[in-house]
Amino acid sequence: MTLTSNRADLPTPGLRSGTESVPTTDQPQTGKDFTSDQEVRWCPGCGDYAVLKAVQSFLPDLGLRRENIVFVSGIGCSSRFPYYLDTYGMHSIHGRAPSIATGIATAREDLSVWVVTGDGDALSIGGNHLIHALRRNVNMTILLFNNRIYGLTKGQYSPTSEAGKVTKSTPMGSVDHPFNPVSLALGAEASFVARTIDSDRKHLTEVLAAAAAHRGTSLVEIYQNCPIFNDGAFDAIKDRDTKADAIIPLVHGEPITFGVPTEDGRATKGVAHDPATGGVRVVEVGDGEGQLSESELLVHDAHNPDPSVAFAISRLTDAGYLHTSPIGIFRQVERATYDDEARAQLATAGASSDADPAERLSALITGADTWTVV
Amino acid sequence: MSENTKQVKQLDRVIIRFAGDSGDGMQLTGDRFTAESASFGNDLVTLPNFPAEIRAPQGTLPGVSSFQVHFADHDILTPGDAPDVLVAMNPAALKANLGDLPKGATIIVDTHDFSARNLTKAGYDANPLDLLETPGSELDGFNVHPVDLTGITVGAVKEFGLSRKDAARAKNMFALGLLSWMYGRPTEGTETFLARKFAKDAAVRDANLTAFRAGWNFGETTETFVVRYEVKPAPMSAGTYRNITGNLALSYGLVAAGVQSGLPLFLGSYPITPASDILHELSKHKGFGVTTFQAEDEIAGVGAAIGASFSGALGVTTTSGPGVALKSEAIGLAVMTELPLLVVDVQRGGPSTGLPTKTEQADLLQAMFGRNGEAPVPIVAPQSPGDCFDAAIEAARIAITYRTPVMLLSDGYLANGSEPWRIPEVADLPVIDPAFATATNHTSTSTAKDGTVTETEEFWPYLRDEETLARPWAVPGTAGLEHRIGGLEKGEGHGNISYDPANHELMVRTRQAKVDRIADSLPPLEVDDPSGRAKVLVLGWGSTYGPIGAGVRRVRRAGYDVAQTHLRHLNPFPKDLGEILARYDKVLVPEMNLGQLSMLLRAKYLVDAVGHHQVNGMPLKAAELAQVIGELVAEAEGIPADQLDLSVATSQEVHQ
Repeated sequence: MTLTSNRADLPTPGLRSGTESVPTTDQPQTGKDFTSDQEVRWCPGCGDYAVLKAVQSFLPDLGLRRENIVFVSGIGCSSRFPYYLDTYGMHSIHGRAPSIATGIATAREDLSVWVVTGDGDALSIGGNHLIHALRRNVNMTILLFNNRIYGLTKGQYSPTSEAGKVTKSTPMGSVDHPFNPVSLALGAEASFVARTIDSDRKHLTEVLAAAAAHRGTSLVEIYQNCPIFNDGAFDAIKDRDTKADAIIPLVHGEPITFGVPTEDGRATKGVAHDPATGGVRVVEVGDGEGQLSESELLVHDAHNPDPSVAFAISRLTDAGYLHTSPIGIFRQVERATYDDEARAQLATAGASSDADPAERLSALITGADTWTVV
Repeated sequence: MSENTKQVKQLDRVIIRFAGDSGDGMQLTGDRFTAESASFGNDLVTLPNFPAEIRAPQGTLPGVSSFQVHFADHDILTPGDAPDVLVAMNPAALKANLGDLPKGATIIVDTHDFSARNLTKAGYDANPLDLLETPGSELDGFNVHPVDLTGITVGAVKEFGLSRKDAARAKNMFALGLLSWMYGRPTEGTETFLARKFAKDAAVRDANLTAFRAGWNFGETTETFVVRYEVKPAPMSAGTYRNITGNLALSYGLVAAGVQSGLPLFLGSYPITPASDILHELSKHKGFGVTTFQAEDEIAGVGAAIGASFSGALGVTTTSGPGVALKSEAIGLAVMTELPLLVVDVQRGGPSTGLPTKTEQADLLQAMFGRNGEAPVPIVAPQSPGDCFDAAIEAARIAITYRTPVMLLSDGYLANGSEPWRIPEVADLPVIDPAFATATNHTSTSTAKDGTVTETEEFWPYLRDEETLARPWAVPGTAGLEHRIGGLEKGEGHGNISYDPANHELMVRTRQAKVDRIADSLPPLEVDDPSGRAKVLVLGWGSTYGPIGAGVRRVRRAGYDVAQTHLRHLNPFPKDLGEILARYDKVLVPEMNLGQLSMLLRAKYLVDAVGHHQVNGMPLKAAELAQVIGELVAEAEGIPADQLDLSVATSQEVHQ
């Protein structure tokens, strides 16, 4: 099975690249260059290791100067991430990383800004900052590690845990309804929304490349296994026997198909418009009764300006135990970014003018109505 | 009747209060009268006072908005305790303000709005204007001038074809014209202002100009007013002056701090009364490289400012008390990461939402201690509207030099109040050196098994300056200085996460020592003790400077010795403060809270500070302070109570 996204489309056509204003280097880089001297202290088997390794290996592909990359995180297991990367970084406070990153990205056009956050950090305590970052479309990439549990505080349910989940704080089962991070991001009018899996290095790397190339806020949800407090949460999409039926791969410009293929390699399942509800539904693909042909399936259009189809696709994700989930780039559209527009206003107002700042300051504080005492 | 037949009386100072409904334009009227007085050359101090509601129910007591201006031919310090003149646009404005007037004061009333309905709304059973001749009535002993301001205004502007409602709205300009005539104010400024403000609507512009002139002519030609007053310009030190409010001066100070440090200014802010004007003002100055970010909440405002500081800007967040509470955790992050950050708290009445439009000084202990852990934050407080400019630059100097968040404690009185301000020469402003780190600062050596020693050049983000204890500020984009900081405890020097007990102890004490060392950079405290014989020291901080100074002057005028000093730096205190406190038998600390500075002074210096506390949302009054100071002086000097004569000090002078 391949999850290849259509890299020919990257970056979003017509828009400046996400890293366009960041200085590049001719010096060859390797993953080692991005590895700090700090000992990595996640639990053995944690999905965070795989993501760290993927990011360290991927960063050299960008060809950016290492000193112009900044990673900002909040609080939680995944938020230790910046300490392990030899770039500039800040491990901040719970939920606030998007706001700090907004300040960095707005103040400095020449930096590649990354946010590392988790389901609790981004969707619970920091929910407000996340939706507003997405709404503003600040040029940064948010990696949302979703393990569907609170790990660092030792195993309470999180805002993505399934209803009924038994944890230390919910011995009779959680009565909270979970968020679907992709639906939330689309609802906040995010310009780039993707989902990937910690254990699929290739897909993860491709999504990271697309996210970095996108100018604006890119939200990447990464399904990440917590072996200590929520082990097996993503087994259905990782297990060799079930994943063909569990993963709905999204490839721009291709019909959405999945399921164990027939012997001659044809898809057995797909996603189609549902005229009855206006949404989308999973259908059987084939010539039989009640089955649809491949030409009747929904062709994935990540560049559709209307987010409602992407939202409908995101609703195919199980809210409870995960049996099926669309994976890939849900949405990638061009929209003006807050930081570019803010800088443009500064330029229009003459921020880069050559006039003597002392003279301008003197004129400002003097104003129009003065009197002189001799 | 020609002008020549009007009597002209000389006065040394006058306090006028304009009062009306919150939609009546009283703030604008007061602003214009202030601008006229400023350009005339009087010294002045103003006190706007308005409800938190934008348009409270018309004609009611809670809806009354007022603007008090005190102008004089000499140096004055307060907006005045009691108005000499009240302009009341409706019954509620009369009722709400009458209690502040001394007998003999002049009251100009717009009779038009004294309808039965409005009288009832204001809580009057009978029209007080009908009882002017009745001894013992409410207005007995006042010099009352009932004038149909609205009616005359509507008549005067008839030709411009406005609706009656729109025509009546120009009545505030009629009142301004009348008062401008009465006190001989220059009118060109207001005429230019009106022409500019209403440039888009010729009818409205002409109506306002006409109403303004009609007010002037009404004073000059009718027999209602027989006396004009003259308040000569005040002698001031040479220089170019302008009128300025605290929020405007603070905004300019922040722009100046950016220019003087060469750093782009980044404001992250969420709208909140009475601080929003700083956000509005700074958003006009993008040409100075000022970025203003209106955040989704208070926390995001400070978060973005911290991010901007990390990337090499001067991060600022502006708010009031409730916002500081929300920002506390982020301010702690700035303490831990040791990044420059300015937190501007324009204090208002609290707790909780409290009194959004009224003043108070009750955030001092929040600024001092309102964070988890040992999280020292330097505190700077301006003492007058114009001083907000210098205080902002001083706060920036400390933040940048010492790599620390700094609290700048203004308040509602400073924010909206105004005074003449001698415009400083930019060349005289301090230059602030950000001194970014540009190179590695540490050599680590490692010895291989074969004995070869390898030296590696490293950047240690927590290796401190020996004098200031400040850590290096290395901004992204600087090659070779890549580093990570965060809220977890850092190892001294290398800055990696450290849970080592001894290191934590060292770091807690070092962060405190760094803030304490700021005192080394402060000038000696100025003590005003003209006779050198005073036994009582009056010590204040922030906006109480004016009222305390006025109270002290009154006590001295009554013939008693008293010393005064005022704190700009609340953390750390100036190094000589303890020695100064010890010099006096009694120390009086007037505050607009329940004794927060007193508590700090008592704790640090074991001084038996006597507090004087007022939390009514208004500035302290000079006469009350004079009484309190005088009584303490009597106690210290052993003057029997019956021999203490403070009549000169506590009188409410009335000129009409």
